[in-house]
Amino acid sequence: MHCWDPRIETMQKDDLERLQYRLLKTLVYRLYSFSDFYHRRMKEAGVHPDDIRTLSDIRLLPFMYKHDLRDNYPDRLFCAPHDELVRYHVSSGTTGKPTVVGYTRRDLDLWTTSLARALTSCGLGRGDVIQVSYGYGLFTGGLGLHYGAERIGAAVLPTSVGNTERQIELMQDLKATAIACTPSYLIHIGEAAERMGISIKNDTDLRSAIIGAEPWSESMRTRIYETMGVRAYNIYGTSEISGPMFSECTAQQGIHIWGDIAYPEIIDPVTGEVLEPGESGELVMTVLQKEALPMIRYRIGDITRIDDETCACGRTHPRIQRITGRVDDMLIIRGINVFPSAVEHALLGIPELAGHFIIEVDRKGSLDDMIVRVEVAPEAFSDRINDLINIKKKVEHTLKSALNVAVVVELAEPGSLPRFEGKAKRVIDRRVI
Amino acid sequence: MQEEYIIKQISVFSENKPGRLAAIAEALQKSNVNIFAFSIAEASSFGVVRALVDNPGTARSVLENLGFAVQFTDVIAVRMKDEPGGLHEVARILGDAGINIEYAYAYSGRDAAVLILRVSQAGEAISKIQAAGGSLLRESDLG
Repeated sequence: MHCWDPRIETMQKDDLERLQYRLLKTLVYRLYSFSDFYHRRMKEAGVHPDDIRTLSDIRLLPFMYKHDLRDNYPDRLFCAPHDELVRYHVSSGTTGKPTVVGYTRRDLDLWTTSLARALTSCGLGRGDVIQVSYGYGLFTGGLGLHYGAERIGAAVLPTSVGNTERQIELMQDLKATAIACTPSYLIHIGEAAERMGISIKNDTDLRSAIIGAEPWSESMRTRIYETMGVRAYNIYGTSEISGPMFSECTAQQGIHIWGDIAYPEIIDPVTGEVLEPGESGELVMTVLQKEALPMIRYRIGDITRIDDETCACGRTHPRIQRITGRVDDMLIIRGINVFPSAVEHALLGIPELAGHFIIEVDRKGSLDDMIVRVEVAPEAFSDRINDLINIKKKVEHTLKSALNVAVVVELAEPGSLPRFEGKAKRVIDRRVI
Repeated sequence: MQEEYIIKQISVFSENKPGRLAAIAEALQKSNVNIFAFSIAEASSFGVVRALVDNPGTARSVLENLGFAVQFTDVIAVRMKDEPGGLHEVARILGDAGINIEYAYAYSGRDAAVLILRVSQAGEAISKIQAAGGSLLRESDLG
């Protein structure tokens, strides 16, 4: 195992918890004293910093929500003096008013450290050429990965998103060994390369991909490896906690959350009660050392579970498992919770399909009607109508057993469904309730 | 000798929505491909367009470039008597030989009515039809 910071990454669990407790206690005192927002919140919740006597007392503290950031737009939650701020990032605002995140120099340093550990754990370092195909600018992905990759001594190819043919040329010419982008953009690059007569597997040096910012699945990982010869590693983060911060290691058994940087909890999204390791629920994150925009028990809204066992790679920090959905993306179809990521996971196991899909939801009378449009893989096309109907039935059956709700499947022509360069928008909900 | 009677039909997967056939037909027109015979088989949200054309290779590459899923399928073309009983004669020969017709469509050829067939065993179907005195078209006879 090669670690960026072995002392921290493999520290004994007891020592890690003591460190976390110390950091939490300091954070809570600081915010109670200096943040109007947290002071008021703690008072309302009837909790005083003195009540935090163990790490698990964190559950006495109130939650923080995305709307708290929106309600205090743009910077009323910032805790650092104005002249300490060295960067701003702003969310896209696709689900409402944008949120602004500010960074002190130390915040940027911790963010970069977190990614340096993450990229090292994926086997990257000096000599690697990392193509950063996340968007640069207000979005955190591009600059976040950029600084992380520079920190480990890799060469950065800052291509950002778009102009795909040029990206593929540069990937070949400058011998990129790794790429950081969204999973859908990686697939898009693979398809574009194929159209240009270039095999990513045989004609490039690309061997690793650090992919995230939207849900993807284990079967997609296999497919990326088989078609592109690229090992894909899941990366995780959200702008509120800085940006992309945590990733899988080469063991690919969950995303390491560096415990000295953040403290993750899993809660029941309805009751707010903290769940045990292994139980699936909403991820809540406390960033233990943030200066500009501190985060205590921030409800991220992603559904996952925590694995607290030491990883096969030897790192001791807790890992979160693949995000299986979002509390706010969850569709309720005839009373049943349906996560688009569960649809994707089910579809990717079907070789007759090309992987792209769209979920359309309508209300017919008083009933919800869910249609999943899927692309038939060109090689699976048969001249016999019955073969095609059998594919449709197979997909319907697979989705029915995965989701517990009956779904109508429509076969679409290869290449006909929308492709996404940023976050994929796979649900069209036309229900008027 | 039976291979010469096996004809390459082009089959195209198409969504069942306005404009798709127009897109296929336009592509063929632009590349100067002539359609001799064709049919559409439809299911709920999609269909398969099947056609005999004068230049299957060109047709396939233009349609694939447009993103369509395209396949060649082996079919046979049987001359029918253009009078009552013509279809019965062909269908009876195949039925008696235990050969199943998966699908069929007809068109009026230059000198006879023509029945296009996809059958389970093309080779056997050709010899049975020939043994019964029937006649088949080669790809070059189409038009």
